[in-house]
Amino acid sequence: MIPLLDRKLLFVTGKGGVGKSTVAAAIAALAADRGKRTLVCEVDAKGNLADFFEAATTSFAPTEVSKNVFAMSMDTEESLKEYLRLQLKVPLVARIGPLARTFDFVANAAPGVKEILTVGKLAFEVRERNYDLVVVDASASGHIVGQLAAPDAIKELVQVGLVRDQTGWMMDILGDPAQTGVVIVAAPEEMPVQETIELAARLRDETVVDLAAVVVNRVLPELFNRAEEALFDQLSHDDVVDQMSEIAGGPTRPVLDAADLAVTLRRSRAGHLTRLREELPDDLAMLYVPYLFQRTHGVRATKMIAGYLGEELGF
Amino acid sequence: MARRAEKPQQSGTLEQLLAAKEIVICCGSGGVGKTTTAAALGAMAATHLGGKVLVVTVDPARRLANALGLESFGNVETQVPPKAFTAAGVEPQGELWAAMLDTKQSWDDLVRRHAPDATTRDAILANPLYTNITGRFVQSHDYIAMERLYEIHASGRYDLVIVDTPPTRNAIDFLEAPERMADFFSSRLLRWLTVPYRSRLVNVATKPFYKVADTILGSAFLQDIAEFFMLFQTMYDGFVQRARSVQRTLEDKRTTFVVVSTLESAPVREAEFFIDALETESFHLGAVVLNKVLPKYLLDTKAAKAAKTMAADPAAFADALPDIGDHDDVARVIEEIANNFLNFRVVATRESEQRKELAARPDVIATVPYFDSDIFDLAGLLRLGEQIWN
Repeated sequence: MIPLLDRKLLFVTGKGGVGKSTVAAAIAALAADRGKRTLVCEVDAKGNLADFFEAATTSFAPTEVSKNVFAMSMDTEESLKEYLRLQLKVPLVARIGPLARTFDFVANAAPGVKEILTVGKLAFEVRERNYDLVVVDASASGHIVGQLAAPDAIKELVQVGLVRDQTGWMMDILGDPAQTGVVIVAAPEEMPVQETIELAARLRDETVVDLAAVVVNRVLPELFNRAEEALFDQLSHDDVVDQMSEIAGGPTRPVLDAADLAVTLRRSRAGHLTRLREELPDDLAMLYVPYLFQRTHGVRATKMIAGYLGEELGF
Repeated sequence: MARRAEKPQQSGTLEQLLAAKEIVICCGSGGVGKTTTAAALGAMAATHLGGKVLVVTVDPARRLANALGLESFGNVETQVPPKAFTAAGVEPQGELWAAMLDTKQSWDDLVRRHAPDATTRDAILANPLYTNITGRFVQSHDYIAMERLYEIHASGRYDLVIVDTPPTRNAIDFLEAPERMADFFSSRLLRWLTVPYRSRLVNVATKPFYKVADTILGSAFLQDIAEFFMLFQTMYDGFVQRARSVQRTLEDKRTTFVVVSTLESAPVREAEFFIDALETESFHLGAVVLNKVLPKYLLDTKAAKAAKTMAADPAAFADALPDIGDHDDVARVIEEIANNFLNFRVVATRESEQRKELAARPDVIATVPYFDSDIFDLAGLLRLGEQIWN
């Protein structure tokens, strides 16, 4: 396996709600911390990538949100303009007018145009070596395959023209595991695990892109070992609870109930984690990030998760 | 606003809501249990309200199928076997049906319905762009979901249809989908795009555009596009009319929206955004369902004080207890459980704040606790349903 941060382009995806953006931000923060000039790009215009760096909103033009981290949000129309400017080398502003108005149409009508403008822009940054690493807060698992397969699909549809000429080098970058990889973020719950397994298979079958790692987010800590669990059972007896409440000066049953809850949640999740590990290739890197109780957002959460990822990667 | 302020905290239940409505659209961000909630509401309605109830899921993942114990189901509406209810310990008053949205199939049906003649129909179905739009890419999900909802409702086959919405990038995309589709077909730009293939009269103003488009996409591809739209335009009237009907159905009094969320910050933000959008567009917000809500005891301040005492000096705390095991082990367990309580309490407190903000909005707000295990069968769906029904 190629070490995760040695690649040039990482697409971070996962089922909605598993913390995909947080992990993308954390990977970028970790890479930057290790001296890499890093671009992090938000593809779905939800506009909260900036929150993870406590920065103002991001735009198509990257801004340095913390040392070595440059953040941008994808805008396919801007991407098209940039592409035309670079490729046709003509000031096209005048001609862009009608084009921009029709853009939404053509983009919807010609399937894959939006996707290729997205993937193309990202691959372009890699090709030009503008950054050491490009991290993409990519589409959710339902959409990522369509996005990554877009250059291929376009090639089938468009027989001639600039767009077709462009697909070749994109495919080269996307298909090279030394350069490009997908990171799937999962949570230890049934559906995210199921979608991760399915997505891993689809990436293999329908795209040229290598699966670089699976990040399991929000793993609950193990409260007790077996001996401690036996002790916990003893503490749970009514008379012991009464005594504890007396010493503590408040009800302790809720404290025990919360421990029960934690153990139950952890146990039901352990099964999903086992399944995930079994269904994925043995040599695939799996990185575990613990559940953060204190903070789920903001630069603090980004830093903590970057720290955990660093540990998992052996830094 | 004033009207809302006068309302009692909870003026209704989901039971009342579902009894009164014919279409229930569940929406919310990904991963909040939207599909499960839709299925649970369907199971409850079939059990307690009777009639024929259909649950439509549009999520490509076949989770509803799993939860309902169906091996697989496509666009075909399939009845959940009554014996599944019996096995779950209930005697349903009505029938529960389920269907999944097959985008490709639904588009094909639509074309078959609206194409003026067999030649046009076959030409559209064979067009490479058509195949790609409907099969491969995702933007068409939004519209077709609403279109199919309309079709099912208009057929009169069901008393209640519950729909699980597609995981859209933008929560309101699918609300606007019918309108966008109508705009699209009636747009001058579309006609414009097809001009060079309909006539040789490309004027001076538009020429640069075609030149650029030609360089980028190649003329053959442009021609494909043009052909596609020219074919599609033959269905213009039918389509636009249809899209307007779909829109009307969404706005109808018999349709209601149920916003599903957890109390984590990102889904809550999306839920608030969605509630705003519903109000702006004057759609009916029926209820908010909050999933995976942590137990109330975590908010008990006296228990928190006790936990702090335990965590502050676990060794001393263990000393004071009767002998139940190795002193150090007991102290470690005390410390673990005290910290665990305090950790979960932080989350519960944060989430109760979020709840306060959301609860001010709808007539009905229903809370689902964290379940010990995942829901994988009808019994589980009903167990969840019981939590939110009244």
